[in-house]
Amino acid sequence: MNFSRFFAVVKARNIEFFRDRSSLGWNLVFPILMLVGLSFVFSGDGRAVYKVGVLNLAQSQSDFLDTKYLSFIDYQESALGEVKLEQHSIDLLVDFNAQKYWVNQGAPNSYLVEKIFLNSHNNYQRIETQGRKIRYVDWVLPGILGMNMMFSCLFGVGYVIVRYRKNAVLKRLKATPLSALEFVSAQLVSRLFIVIFLSSVVYTGCNLFFDFYMLGSYFDLLIIAVLGAFSLITLGLLVASRSKSEELIGGLLNLSSWPMMLLSGVWFSLEGAPDMVKVFADFLPLTHLVAGARKIITEGATLTDISYHVSVLLVMSAVFLTLGAYLFSWNTER
Amino acid sequence: MQEVIRVENLTKSYKDIIAVDNINFAIQKGHCFGLLGPNGAGKTTTIEIMEGIIKATKGEVFYYNKPIDESMSQQIGIQFQHTALQDFLTVKETLNLFTSFYQHTVPHHELIELCDLSEFLDRDNRLLSGGQRQRLLLALALINDPDIVFLDEPTTGLDPQARRNFWQLIKNIKARDKTVVLTTHYMDEAQQLCDDVLIMDHGQIIARGTPRQLLNQHFDEVFIYLPAEQVPDELCQQNNWQVHEQQVEITTTDVEATITLLLSEKISLTGLHVKSPNLDDLFLKLTGHSLRD
Repeated sequence: MNFSRFFAVVKARNIEFFRDRSSLGWNLVFPILMLVGLSFVFSGDGRAVYKVGVLNLAQSQSDFLDTKYLSFIDYQESALGEVKLEQHSIDLLVDFNAQKYWVNQGAPNSYLVEKIFLNSHNNYQRIETQGRKIRYVDWVLPGILGMNMMFSCLFGVGYVIVRYRKNAVLKRLKATPLSALEFVSAQLVSRLFIVIFLSSVVYTGCNLFFDFYMLGSYFDLLIIAVLGAFSLITLGLLVASRSKSEELIGGLLNLSSWPMMLLSGVWFSLEGAPDMVKVFADFLPLTHLVAGARKIITEGATLTDISYHVSVLLVMSAVFLTLGAYLFSWNTER
Repeated sequence: MQEVIRVENLTKSYKDIIAVDNINFAIQKGHCFGLLGPNGAGKTTTIEIMEGIIKATKGEVFYYNKPIDESMSQQIGIQFQHTALQDFLTVKETLNLFTSFYQHTVPHHELIELCDLSEFLDRDNRLLSGGQRQRLLLALALINDPDIVFLDEPTTGLDPQARRNFWQLIKNIKARDKTVVLTTHYMDEAQQLCDDVLIMDHGQIIARGTPRQLLNQHFDEVFIYLPAEQVPDELCQQNNWQVHEQQVEITTTDVEATITLLLSEKISLTGLHVKSPNLDDLFLKLTGHSLRD
């Protein structure tokens, strides 16, 4: 591996990307437009009733449970209910058996539901909790950024390599002492830098307006983003390892990206999906990138907590990279 | 004279097509060697096997008497027939990129002067004209100060002025004692530049030598052309003169005798011109079809 050759190719590819204003603009504008659009569409909470979490709902008895315009959600553990209350997903949490309830100090809805609750149960122990409301835009943020990274990684690597192969840029490079390893590594590092740089710019810029919810560490978020992007880039390399047709690679990249768009939890949670779908989604790198990032952002998870997603991304990257390097062809034979 | 490249029993086949069929030749140091032939003759396949870009089905290529290997890429320069350059890079940045690939390189100011790049050094590759692009590609081929430069149809698609400018660049390279391997289907180009030519058709060698040797060997006649309407058909038939595109083509070894005959037949000599045979004519003679087919 000659690092001077490697860095020269990284630099050339970066220059090529950043000078292509239309592509750069689209990579920046697309996720911002999606976030702004979704934040407007889902700006109202859309709920006709207040939500009250109840621990062991089936074993609970109270007139309060008959109150109109309230919906009751069962929780088996108080910890999960408390997180949901802190995130404003529910307005009050009650444990009828232990005669105590939790209220979110910072939530107006929680204040109103407490007033209703105290009409019938003014002797219950009051526990205060606090937390910012988690909005749809906070929940969907890792999905949108992940999806943008996926398109940038798959198409930015796959399409570019096939274009290079088709118009003989690869053939010209093969005629120099540059090795396949140096070329492929340079494409990988260049795209990783571009994707992480652009995602950071989009996240930081949008954060000024949206003030995103963030319970975890930014460092952990960066690590899972790098691992996810690396895995998606290696998938792009694998898909483009031999193809010389732009039409074919377009189809193959769509075939790789659309299942991830729909089934990797970008837009909605897969919790209620059939097991078959969940198993299938587990084989998609974007699933692990989005799930890991979402847990860091909304639940404050650490890298240890999401070690499953980290491990799967590492294994996927190793498999895609090994196969991609093994199958890679400069494809100069006619 | 030292032998730089030797090709032995070279064959390349693609499925049921034999692109190169068991050819042998050698190239001398400092020569400009021309591989001539029509499109599909096997020129590009032969040159790309010599460059180490594609593998031969059979046979071997020797570079200074050693079989070619990957280390050869440090010592050769290549200009492909069809190559795109990376978009959005300037000429200067492209030179920098390729410079980083080699251990030993020519100073940029020398290359810029040799290939006349100074006026468009900061221009985006996408905005180069055909001639400028070919000059940049030539500079890239020379960037590692190679012993041998492979140029695959470097002037195809260029206007006549750009072609002549490019010929001058190739002459300048030759003057630096470089060996040049050139494929072309322009015979005037081969006659201008090549010390040694090899004519191929259907993957086989059909003639080999210096342009002058080949022409002397195959022709001792010249061609006289006259507008067809000035020459009666009977005279053409009697003398076996050919009529092509409203011109009578008279092949003769004795120009004076032919002119005397035309004058005695009271045929106007308006529009007459005399042409010596060239490699195109040689090819036509050897294969029965034109080089540009």
